[in-house]
Amino acid sequence: MAVPAVSKAKVHFFPELGPKGFSNTSGVLKIVDDADGIVAHIPPLRRYARALTGDYAAAEDLVQDTLERAWRRLQLWRQGSNLRAWLFTIMHNVFINQLKADQGRQNQAVDGAEVKLPVTPPQDYRLELRDLNKGLRMLSAEQREVVLLIGLEQMSYDEVAKVLGVPVGTVMSRLSRGREQLRLLMNRASTTTQLKVVK
Amino acid sequence: MSSPKLSVSEIDLHTYVDGRLPEKRREEVETFLAANPQEREQVRAYQEQNKILHALFDSVLAEPIPSKWQNPGQYWTMWLKPVAAALAWIVVGGMLGWVLRGEQAGQLATNMDFARRAAIAHAVFSPEVRHPVEVTAEQEEHLIRWLSKRVGGDLKAPHLVDLGYELVGGRLLPGEKGPVAQFMYQDKNGQRLTLYIKTDTGAERETAFRFSQEGTVGVFYWIDRRLSYALSGEVRKEELLKVANAVYQKLNP
Repeated sequence: MAVPAVSKAKVHFFPELGPKGFSNTSGVLKIVDDADGIVAHIPPLRRYARALTGDYAAAEDLVQDTLERAWRRLQLWRQGSNLRAWLFTIMHNVFINQLKADQGRQNQAVDGAEVKLPVTPPQDYRLELRDLNKGLRMLSAEQREVVLLIGLEQMSYDEVAKVLGVPVGTVMSRLSRGREQLRLLMNRASTTTQLKVVK
Repeated sequence: MSSPKLSVSEIDLHTYVDGRLPEKRREEVETFLAANPQEREQVRAYQEQNKILHALFDSVLAEPIPSKWQNPGQYWTMWLKPVAAALAWIVVGGMLGWVLRGEQAGQLATNMDFARRAAIAHAVFSPEVRHPVEVTAEQEEHLIRWLSKRVGGDLKAPHLVDLGYELVGGRLLPGEKGPVAQFMYQDKNGQRLTLYIKTDTGAERETAFRFSQEGTVGVFYWIDRRLSYALSGEVRKEELLKVANAVYQKLNP
């Protein structure tokens, strides 16, 4: 055959990086790493979604939509810096869009929850858990996101600011108001109970 | 009570609750809290909230992850469009081949079929996130040797870094009459091109570039020294031609 022999010389695509450079910089290998990276973040994303929505099916849908977007955009994501923040940002955007889509229903649900709040005495821990869960539903979505990203996902304030696309000062004021409201709601729950117990 | 209170802000209290204060500041806040029962109660309540959040939701972490979430290949619907387009062209091509059946139509149909097969292979593998290639460019030498041996020709994967495309790797595919090779390239935006090569060229030894639009996939194909090449991509025709020219030149230095 007239075709000249293939050069057997090993040629590196990133000569400046030397022989070892390739495995870390190859686009595809990185994408594979990122894909594995995404899988590693699924449990926290799922936990956050469950706490945020307070509903199993809604949370699973939120994770599903987030992952679909993430896989689709993964090829374009080459920053290499903070995969977690990137994924939570996507989830935040999906969540906010859904919220806008059914704003009316959302408000109704909150009203309904408020009426029923302090009913039974918190004599055991389980009840306190339920009160906090109820209290979470009564926060604004913005406050709930901040309280959960910090208190549950243990993100730094800067990271939360990045995920939500707001200044750190805004994060702090939402955190402050959200936590204080939760505290008051839970106090109210236990005060009502004490009254009942005394009776 | 008033003097230490001045120095501790609301933000300090939250940062303390979240364990993010530097040690010295933490001690100051603790001194302050010891003297201020109201803030102490506030901090205790916030710490309790965090604890309860974990008690409520940490069990989710242990739930088994559905397999559809672990494999991006499951999200096939997003790739459906190019694949469906390519499949539609198989049908059209099949009908065309039937209409054109006859001696003189044979070569034309073969060439079109080659471009179509290349386009389908492109549409199927270029969107792959996890397994775009069988052997990555990291093992380039092995890749070339392996594909050359299996396809039965002296293959090369031209380097296109100067055009902004890195070699991703390659894979072996079933062709019409035997194995064919596919090399995949990718630019910095994740845009992928594939170079599809077979050895069986029939009677022809050299041809000019030909272009075929197969659904959303454009294909430039040509024969050079008894190897058939098809370069496929979902990019502008001029861009694809530029790369095709470069491939040709690099294979004929």
